[in-house]
Amino acid sequence: MAEPATAPARKAIRVEGLKKCFPTPDGKGTTEVFGDVWFDVAEGEFVCLIGHSGCGKTTLLNILAGLDKPTEGHVIVADKEIDGPSLDRAVVFQGHALMPWMSALANIAFAVKSRWPSWDKAKIRAHCQKYIDMVHLTGSEDKRPSMLSGGMKQRVGIARAFSIEPKILLMDEPFSALDALTRGALQDELVSICRQTNQTSFMITHDIDEAILLADRIVLMTNGPEARVCEIVKNTLPKSRTRQNMHTDPNYYPMRNHLIEFLVNRSKTFRAEVTASTYDPRHPPVVEPAAKGRAA
Amino acid sequence: MSVPFGLRAGILSIVILGLFLVTWHLLVVAQQGDAAEGLDPAYAALLGKQATEGASALPKPLEVGAALWEHIRDPFYDAGPNDKGIGIQLAYSLFRVLTGFGLAALVAIPVGFLIGMSELASRAFNPFIQLLKPVSPLAWMPLALYTIKDSSLSAIFVIFICSIWPMLINTAFGVAGVRREWLNVARTLEVSRLRTAFAVILPAAAPTILTGMRISIGIAWLVIVAAEMLVGGTGIGYFVWNEWNNLSITGVISAIVFIGVVGMLLDLALARAARLVAYTE
Repeated sequence: MAEPATAPARKAIRVEGLKKCFPTPDGKGTTEVFGDVWFDVAEGEFVCLIGHSGCGKTTLLNILAGLDKPTEGHVIVADKEIDGPSLDRAVVFQGHALMPWMSALANIAFAVKSRWPSWDKAKIRAHCQKYIDMVHLTGSEDKRPSMLSGGMKQRVGIARAFSIEPKILLMDEPFSALDALTRGALQDELVSICRQTNQTSFMITHDIDEAILLADRIVLMTNGPEARVCEIVKNTLPKSRTRQNMHTDPNYYPMRNHLIEFLVNRSKTFRAEVTASTYDPRHPPVVEPAAKGRAA
Repeated sequence: MSVPFGLRAGILSIVILGLFLVTWHLLVVAQQGDAAEGLDPAYAALLGKQATEGASALPKPLEVGAALWEHIRDPFYDAGPNDKGIGIQLAYSLFRVLTGFGLAALVAIPVGFLIGMSELASRAFNPFIQLLKPVSPLAWMPLALYTIKDSSLSAIFVIFICSIWPMLINTAFGVAGVRREWLNVARTLEVSRLRTAFAVILPAAAPTILTGMRISIGIAWLVIVAAEMLVGGTGIGYFVWNEWNNLSITGVISAIVFIGVVGMLLDLALARAARLVAYTE
């Protein structure tokens, strides 16, 4: 597939015309959860998708992970249509999904051994240790998940996902079950790890500040059923933003207000907007909210 | 209260035991009737103490204690088919229970896995399980005796049949209940089906499987006594019936105590094993 010459970076993921239907409770017909979903993620880019619960966010992520199949459309990764899960796409699950009978280290080792089956024990151990240190869990290697706090569990989940050195990292509201302080600390760590490794990431969230901090672009999804991609918001804050200083940036409030306005009002009234405008689902409008006189 | 809780419970247990033994002793003494008088000595010898001395056939606790001590002192003597030490009899029973139980585990756990993993297999096997599960294992005895033509093997078969259901049902239940997200983790890591079965599903379902095994061994130990009463020859069940034929209530009570102790130890062993595979979510 030839990309236009102006393309800034190769596409890591291309989502083309995705649609998912579930059977209705009476079993006679089907309900469309979302449809006509088109967007892409460039290599090294961090994309967030926000939307209310019920718009099929988790289903969409499961399709990207290869755990679920779309009713229509396809997902293209590395110029190939995906057909099931792959070690190239690591997933951080909403509820950490650690195996409770294994220690933190063993949980990560399970992934590492799956990735490199020929490695010996010492090599696996050293590799795991690197990622345990990365998420600051040194000293808790041998603890079982039941002995770890919620934040520590999710750190193990993140270490497990990074340990297989995936091309793409998929995250399904990874911090939604954590308290605000723990969430902030983990967001900071995720930012620094992703920027160091230039990790291509796709994350689902309903936390606006999380999206502004982490994402290069934010995909806005309207309410389900029949959810659509409303528009794609380009983050106008500088890449050096941190959780401590980002609210002082003049573009912060325009960004935030735009996203809140979407979640509170436009996610419901989008259908009326579509009929009135020249909405093209293949190229959802791209907006760059910025302070007056200060373009991104 | 300075006395530790465990000690208090222990003291209470001993008090309950003491009360039970004293009551038992008093009831037996109270049953003492009048001795028949003027009996022919040869006839009196045939009648036994009950007629000649008015003693109850029920032994006093101390008599049972003495008999228990006799059994423990020499558990492995062999003085012919009708007179073997209680250790030998228990060993026969244990051998049958463990063989039948082991064979049942070899069948029940893999089949339970299949049923737990496949909705189709679950539906297909369900009618047979539901039909066969409520059948008393002893009902299989005549069929086993006729087809196997060996009383000891038939007893093992009966143990096999009674052990299989709890293990089968619990394994299927445990396997079907493995959290979807753990399976999804394995899928995203491209783990093979075989490795998923051994590294994810087996440890996840192990506590439920062990519970099934614990129920099974309990039932097997219940059934072996009845089975050996029927097939005869050797084993603790045969021992009980033999003592009853000898009208030795002391022997019967001793056997009950030993059956209880061995059953408790079997359960304890599986409880230990269950603790090894337990996990908290």
